Amino acid sequence: MAQPFPFSAIVGQDDMKLAFMIAAVDPTVGGVLAFGDRGTGKSTAVRALAALLPPISVVAGCPYNCAPEATAGLCGPCKGKAPTEAVFRSAPVVDLPLGATEDRVVGALNLERALSHGEKSFEPGLLAQANRGFLYIDEANLLEDHLVDLLLDVAASGVNVVEREGLSVRHPARFVLIGSGNPEEGELRPQMLDRFGLAIDVKTPQDVPSRVEVVRRRDAFERDPEAFHKKWEGEEIQLREKIVRARERIGVVIAPDAAIERAARLCLALGTDGLRGELTLLRAGRALAALEGRNEVGDAELRRVAPMALSHRLRRNPLDDSGSAIRVERALQEVFGA
Amino acid sequence: MSVNEAIATPWRRASLAAAIFALDPLGSGMLVRAAPGPARDALLGALTAALAPAKLTRLPAQIADDRLIGGLDIAATLRTGRPVAELGALSAADGGVVAIAMAERMSASVAARLCAALDSGEVALQRDGLSLTLPARIGVVALDEGVEDERAAPALVERLAFWVQLDGVGHRDIEPALFAAWDFAQARLQLTKIQTPDDVVETLVAVAAQLGADSARAPLFALRAARAIAALRGGDAVEEDDITLAAALTLAPRATRLPAPEDEASEPEPEVEPEPEDDKPENEEDQTPGELEERVLEAARAAIPLGLLASLQAGVKARRRSSSEGKSGDSSLSSRRGRPLDARPGSLRKGRLSLIATLRAAAPWRRLREREAPAGDTRRIIVKPDDFRIVRYRQRRGATTVFVVDASGSSAMQRLAEAKGAIELLLADCYVRRDDIAMVAFRGRGAEIVLPPTRSTARAKRALAGLPGGGGTPIASGLDAALHIADQARRKGQTPLIVLMTDGRANIARDGTPGRPQALRDALDAGRRIRAAEVSALAIDTAPASSRGAAPTREIAEAMSARYVKLPVADAALVNAAVRGALPS
Repeated sequence: MAQPFPFSAIVGQDDMKLAFMIAAVDPTVGGVLAFGDRGTGKSTAVRALAALLPPISVVAGCPYNCAPEATAGLCGPCKGKAPTEAVFRSAPVVDLPLGATEDRVVGALNLERALSHGEKSFEPGLLAQANRGFLYIDEANLLEDHLVDLLLDVAASGVNVVEREGLSVRHPARFVLIGSGNPEEGELRPQMLDRFGLAIDVKTPQDVPSRVEVVRRRDAFERDPEAFHKKWEGEEIQLREKIVRARERIGVVIAPDAAIERAARLCLALGTDGLRGELTLLRAGRALAALEGRNEVGDAELRRVAPMALSHRLRRNPLDDSGSAIRVERALQEVFGA
Repeated sequence: MSVNEAIATPWRRASLAAAIFALDPLGSGMLVRAAPGPARDALLGALTAALAPAKLTRLPAQIADDRLIGGLDIAATLRTGRPVAELGALSAADGGVVAIAMAERMSASVAARLCAALDSGEVALQRDGLSLTLPARIGVVALDEGVEDERAAPALVERLAFWVQLDGVGHRDIEPALFAAWDFAQARLQLTKIQTPDDVVETLVAVAAQLGADSARAPLFALRAARAIAALRGGDAVEEDDITLAAALTLAPRATRLPAPEDEASEPEPEVEPEPEDDKPENEEDQTPGELEERVLEAARAAIPLGLLASLQAGVKARRRSSSEGKSGDSSLSSRRGRPLDARPGSLRKGRLSLIATLRAAAPWRRLREREAPAGDTRRIIVKPDDFRIVRYRQRRGATTVFVVDASGSSAMQRLAEAKGAIELLLADCYVRRDDIAMVAFRGRGAEIVLPPTRSTARAKRALAGLPGGGGTPIASGLDAALHIADQARRKGQTPLIVLMTDGRANIARDGTPGRPQALRDALDAGRRIRAAEVSALAIDTAPASSRGAAPTREIAEAMSARYVKLPVADAALVNAAVRGALPS
């Protein structure tokens, strides 16, 4: 595949980049939704992320990318086996194209083997490919409802259960769901909205210098992708190492009681339903602390991630377009003081 | 030919855009808004010639997914007994351009496919048990034949560099091509060598910002166009005229606002041809950094299409509309197909065969059946009637609710406010059900579509908030407009519902003349047309209870064969309940 635009060369869009980095550090934050204007580099960022992610080690030949060192959450064939040969591969970032059929998403009877050998065997689908990686849906708001339901189910449970054509298969499918779209073309169903851990609103930069920079970089990239990659290679490597270090550190980052209380008070002030808000807030805060090389979640981290972790969970008045970002900001002021 | 002459007529703009596009078509495109006719044919002819040796392939807008991106070659699969992939139109067009007729009818999923191919130059094929990535570097020409507010899918349009209009261009306006095939061959060689002075990007970005063309793609397309123009004229660096032309062709049609008119009359120095880098420090005007920008902007301004210009001049409200203008193809969303249910065993008479599911059903039995088959049977697969699987769809047809709101003087302002309240409640409801909403307001001498069908409740609310009141009561015009929207919605597979909210005191006839009797006759006639079109309707009478005797709204409701609800005091919650009752569940 052609080399994508480098992640570090994306101008501005700090929230989007941070959200993707957080999801890369801690997949349990539960997916990222990037909604916003056209031509703001949403798809570019996701494709760039694929190239940025550190490679993962997988059991050789396992279609589900099982980790060789793992003891739980393995696929059927890997469970019984003694540790086998491990290979490194790039972290999967799987595109779910609009119009993909259900059998390709969940997996289905392997037609070729069935026809030529009369054998019943399972052919893993996109969900299997995405295990331990990212699943990207462009124009998530246009995806057909039945696929959305299915994805939400699997994303929540981390297991894909296939019962069709006389097959009965369960396999691990832990992935970070990334959705993008333009709200002018239709809104996302509310049920789907709050299943995403982080949501960001992507806007066109309003100042001329950064727009000029966007155009310059993109143009340089299109004219000579290789030279452009060379130029940004250093930054890319640094960013990748930052993710690797953060993944190592995140285990020791603690959320002190004070931070948990702040998170709870913030969510109460905003009236978010359920506890998903607090949990995501803390997880994202922890990942951010890890990225920044700190060992403790503090106010600064919570403040930084609160808008992306909470703004899509507010009980929504569809007619109130005084942005939810403002409401979150107000609550932040209230809880943390100006 | 000077820059101004080069873009003086729609035909010149279009043919120049086609030439520039043809020079560097991959990952870009052209939106041609025109009815089919000699001008469009001539443009496509010129484009085909200019593209050579690359090909122009025509595709229908309603192309099925398996034809577009490829799928299982059914005949070959059956013949060989293993899945055989078939190339789709996009990968077949790799290196060339696809032209899509009736682009305004394109479904959202077809548009998304094209967008993905434009972005990545590849097609990801994930269906029918196939998993492939195929090269598909293409350019796209969208032939938009939409009338009024029908538009091609906005996500696609955004990815096309040139938007041209050929409405009203007849065969007399067609001029001979500017460039010969040889020119293109030459220019393509030249294109990679074109130098771009540093200030070109700044200028184009600044002009785009001034015009409110916010997407980052706009200046990128302008930059590509400027290089192509330089190559076409045989130059080796981008010069001012190239930038000016490029801005006029790519940025101007994307304008969402008019640049602030410069106060100090900057007389456009007539064709002095100053090179952008040639600075004359003594000349004050040339020194200002925005000078080049201003000249480019001026040319772009001149090239803003007339209709767009008018709506931009109409001010803030128009801006909003125009910024959504290219996008009100929102409606293409509504082409949701029914939800496909899993393939079921069944007789072929009851539905379409689902080949894949049928093969899957037959496959596990293959060995057994082979053993049992008579000796001469050489079929690779033996399919028995029990194996037949048929596809079924659950048609969840979306609804489009068209509100026809009486904004006349007789519906007092307070009543209008109540109607607005009721509609807001309904909007919340439509949001939950993901229905489309449209709004027609009638007042003064006619009706106005204040909101084309949309699912965006935020836009609906804005349209509603900006609704003015006062003037006559042209009910007939309102109903006509509503029927028009309902008709369009139905063609897109939606179920329309018209909600008329009025006090029934029609006093303006269809032709805009005052007079109660004729106005009521026209309103009744409009109502009967709605009945004839079999569009369900609901009439909400907002006349005060004290008004004696005649209830004209009831008459109109009967003409429409609509449900009639009298709400002496229009209460938002009540209206909502009434509409819910009338909506198809």
